[in-house]
Amino acid sequence: MRSIYLDHAATTPTRSEVVKSMLPYFTDAFGNPSSIHSYGQEAKGAVEEARTKVAELIGARSEEIVFTSGGTEADNFALKGVAYANEHKGNHVITTTIEHHAVLEVCKFLGRRDFKITRLPVDKYGLVDPDDVRKAITDKTILISVMHANNEVGTIEPVEEIGRIARAAGVYFHSDAVQTVGHIPVNVDKLKVDLLSISAHKLYGPKGAGALYVRKGTKLVSLMHGGEQEKRRRAGTENVPAIVGLGKAVELAGQEIGKEAERLAYLRDKLIEGLGEKIDHTRLNGHPTRRLPNNVNVSIDFVEGESLLLNLDLEGICASTGSACSSASPEPSHVLLALGLPTEQAHGSLRFTLGRENTEADVERVLGVLPGIVARLRAMSPLLKTQK
Amino acid sequence: MSDIWSLYNEKLMEHFKNPRNVGEMENPDGMGRVGNPVCGDIMELYIKVNDGTIVDAKFKTFGCAAAIATSSMVTEMVKGKSIEEALKISNKAVVEALDGLPPAKVHCSVMAEDALKAAIEDYLEHQKLKRQI
Repeated sequence: MRSIYLDHAATTPTRSEVVKSMLPYFTDAFGNPSSIHSYGQEAKGAVEEARTKVAELIGARSEEIVFTSGGTEADNFALKGVAYANEHKGNHVITTTIEHHAVLEVCKFLGRRDFKITRLPVDKYGLVDPDDVRKAITDKTILISVMHANNEVGTIEPVEEIGRIARAAGVYFHSDAVQTVGHIPVNVDKLKVDLLSISAHKLYGPKGAGALYVRKGTKLVSLMHGGEQEKRRRAGTENVPAIVGLGKAVELAGQEIGKEAERLAYLRDKLIEGLGEKIDHTRLNGHPTRRLPNNVNVSIDFVEGESLLLNLDLEGICASTGSACSSASPEPSHVLLALGLPTEQAHGSLRFTLGRENTEADVERVLGVLPGIVARLRAMSPLLKTQK
Repeated sequence: MSDIWSLYNEKLMEHFKNPRNVGEMENPDGMGRVGNPVCGDIMELYIKVNDGTIVDAKFKTFGCAAAIATSSMVTEMVKGKSIEEALKISNKAVVEALDGLPPAKVHCSVMAEDALKAAIEDYLEHQKLKRQI
């Protein structure tokens, strides 16, 4: 049985074209980009070519791209970098309750020091109200960070409107776009962002590579000090193969973006509709239309997410859940709770995130298998009886 | 996501896939309900008692694979035991019978022990009332 991978928001397989593009940089073209000789020049050229590709995809200039080890480092760099470079101007940072931990935990870290953090709530669909952002800005605000699309529920935030507000107020604006770059169109000028985080392995590139877009003139301090790599913004010998892989992944994504998004959105809607029809007491989490083309997140009443997930895995279907039972923390997903879901519904959530290799047959297989699993677990559930 | 279920052993997975004694019991002699849906765990355990011996046990559980497997195991362990023997079944014994649990899931075995104790207490309470009548 071929397993059906439906967890592309967690990570994606590295495309064979991407792997192929990376391979020479492990062996024949192994040079250090900082070296002056021909090996160094060759590696340097490859890094700069990748930088141009990343810049092109998001409508930036190549000197505005800083390569990092991934999305988490890009988020850390953006938040800590801006906070500590602009302390003299103010100490207030605005973010939301549904950010990725790579933003939330950095805010917690800053909040324990000299910074004041405002975490804006979201509505039942996971949308941030731009007006809330406007009202939260004070003369001490130095940074606003709102994700482009949420990784759990797929809601696409009104980043463009927030960008307009931030710019009018003269406040730096960062967006974690790890879930959107390469999947839906992202343009840094249209979104009016000053900083934007990118991760390679979410768009069929390798793990261990990412980038932070830094608009020209944005003041931020480095996290890594050492050599003069990345124009002294990020010290350390470049991960050349991974950076080349990121460049290739971005190039391919750019070529296919519209068509693939359309194909995935069709599969997504088929899955959402089918789940609603075949399993009673389910509801869609996230926004019905302002939604990533590949994201399906549903709550299934009376059953617990980990049991669902493991049963699906036994059938060769790989998904994800916001239930606490699948993690070390006792609380279910902070995102689902921020949307206002009761905890028991958050425990019964399932997330399917589609990708390139998925077909209509995969969706049909989920729809064929899941109702039986749910029925079996519900027969075991003491909650269903309570409801009767 | 986490690596928690990669730590689930074969025996636990077998009980998760084919849980024993699932269901409610008509007129149980004792019933225990522990946990709460907010934590993502609820366990209901029913026992049938004949001459001081537990002759049947059933359960209903809302929870993860470990919660379901420990429910299944504890109901298996308790059958045929006297009330005194059943009261001595600890969460550790349930964990051992399942060949171990991941550390983050040990609370599931505690819940199984608690559900069993609650069911026995319920039974003893009824006995006391009966004697009073």
